[in-house]
Amino acid sequence: MEKELWKGNEAIAEAAIRAGCDCFFGYPITPQSEVPEYMSVHLPQHGGVFVQSESEVAAINMVYGAAGSGMRAMTSSSSPGISLKQEGISYIAGAELPCVIVNCMRGGPGLGTIQPGQGDYYQATRGGGNGDYRTLVLAPSNVQETVDFVQEAFDIADQYRNPVMIVCDGLIGQMMEPIEWHPIPKRKLPPKDWAATGRKSREHNNIINSLYMAPEDCDRHNHHLAEKYAAMAKNETRWQEHQCQDAEIVITAYGTPARIALTALEALRAEGVKVGLFRPVTLWPFPERALHNLAAASHVKAFLDVEMSSSGQMLDDVRLAVEGQKPIHYLGHAGGVMPTVEEMVDAAKAALKEVK
Amino acid sequence: MTAGDICTHRLSIVTGHYGTGKTEFAVNLALALAQEGKPVMMADLDIVNPYFRSRERRQMLESAGIELISSSQACSDADVPALPAELLAILENRKVRGVLDIGGDPVGARVLARFQPKIAGEDYQLIYVLNANRPEVKTADAAIRYLRGIEAVTGLTCGGIVNNTHLCGETTAEEIRKGAALAGAVSSQTGIPVLCHMAEAQFTNQLSDLREPVFPITIRMKKPWE
Repeated sequence: MEKELWKGNEAIAEAAIRAGCDCFFGYPITPQSEVPEYMSVHLPQHGGVFVQSESEVAAINMVYGAAGSGMRAMTSSSSPGISLKQEGISYIAGAELPCVIVNCMRGGPGLGTIQPGQGDYYQATRGGGNGDYRTLVLAPSNVQETVDFVQEAFDIADQYRNPVMIVCDGLIGQMMEPIEWHPIPKRKLPPKDWAATGRKSREHNNIINSLYMAPEDCDRHNHHLAEKYAAMAKNETRWQEHQCQDAEIVITAYGTPARIALTALEALRAEGVKVGLFRPVTLWPFPERALHNLAAASHVKAFLDVEMSSSGQMLDDVRLAVEGQKPIHYLGHAGGVMPTVEEMVDAAKAALKEVK
Repeated sequence: MTAGDICTHRLSIVTGHYGTGKTEFAVNLALALAQEGKPVMMADLDIVNPYFRSRERRQMLESAGIELISSSQACSDADVPALPAELLAILENRKVRGVLDIGGDPVGARVLARFQPKIAGEDYQLIYVLNANRPEVKTADAAIRYLRGIEAVTGLTCGGIVNNTHLCGETTAEEIRKGAALAGAVSSQTGIPVLCHMAEAQFTNQLSDLREPVFPITIRMKKPWE
């Protein structure tokens, strides 16, 4: 298939259109503004609806409404804007509605910087909104994966009636890469017989709601959600391992740092250092079992977690998975500074030196 | 053929659809002109892109003797649409060769409108960088629409097309040739000459059949893992 050169953010928007996105609601913020910009031009040409909302809060609530009526709905933003959407995401998860949310992460906290960041890991995987809910979080590390994941995200969301979040850091949104448009695997999706599309001849009203007045009902609802999340964890957990078969030091990283780590792997392997990369592709569900098993392998001596975060957020999940079997080191930068190949090489060597 | 032979005007104003590689061309052009012994000033006037701007290569450019002007040094990592006052130095000092790196699309080129009366009185060339792998400019008609859009907002006339067709690390000579065909089609419909085809050193000897000169480049706007 012919390759084309796409900018990450434009490609996200085009991928959503190709996945049948009916409605996009968004508000500009660097470094993701090309998503709404592209949508504003192209989505209406495909019969869809684009609204530049008055705020991020409005955008997510428009997604809530559109998803409730059975539309494929999407919003995107960058870190501070995603913070504003948290209440709506909790409501959408509570009401069991499918939608796709893209976070093109920048430096934080607060307004931070407009450069790439990964400080929203906790927010994405633990939820910034209230209540016992989960969003499935996909973390691509190149533009091709991003367009594939965005298209798949709509299906995953429909299958589980749950928000799906794509977290890519600002670099992935802003960079140009060759991609090809290929079909994504089709899923068998349930009919949207719950959608509020007018009662017509139906015997009951379809009601979209996250409020349960009786504690017992809300308890039952929460247990139903928990079962759904367990199914998502069972079916949707994804990760990649590079050269882990004989690795003594394993780098754990996602997104852009994982991409940088691949170059560090080449450099270290050239020096004879047995190094591997474990890359979670879904941040929630986290590939806990796979990482636990890798940590149990006798050839693995230590881990090096690398993130665009000052003291590490995914690091918590790495620790939970490794369960103290092997020492874990950390390398990170925040505010838009990216860890370099050289820093990873040095940190990996230092970590290995300690255990040898 | 030297860079000075390809871009013969005092001011080279580099525009195009965004993502076509304008900055890569501008940085390589400035470095080549400086190497040819010309006093070069470069202006980064990209107010559209927050990343991958020529100001990120300040050190490299300055050590090559190129004076780089960009919006407020203190805000060089921000997306503030403010223009540097020092820009006038390039426009007024006729002893320097100026390379102006402009943001993408008519939106990015709008920054030039304010300086139109000044630029129009200088020996300038508005250059349109074209990449046939960018989906929105892959046909001659679409490419010409963007070109005319840039001319309309700037009030300047385009004087040259640069073919920068690539696929990052997956570029082949065939890709560059595909772009040459598109650039040729745009040129024959508009009468604007194709100035050159950009190519990394490994492709230059495979492109000797092209009518216009090949401008050898080194990739300067690298990603953190490259």
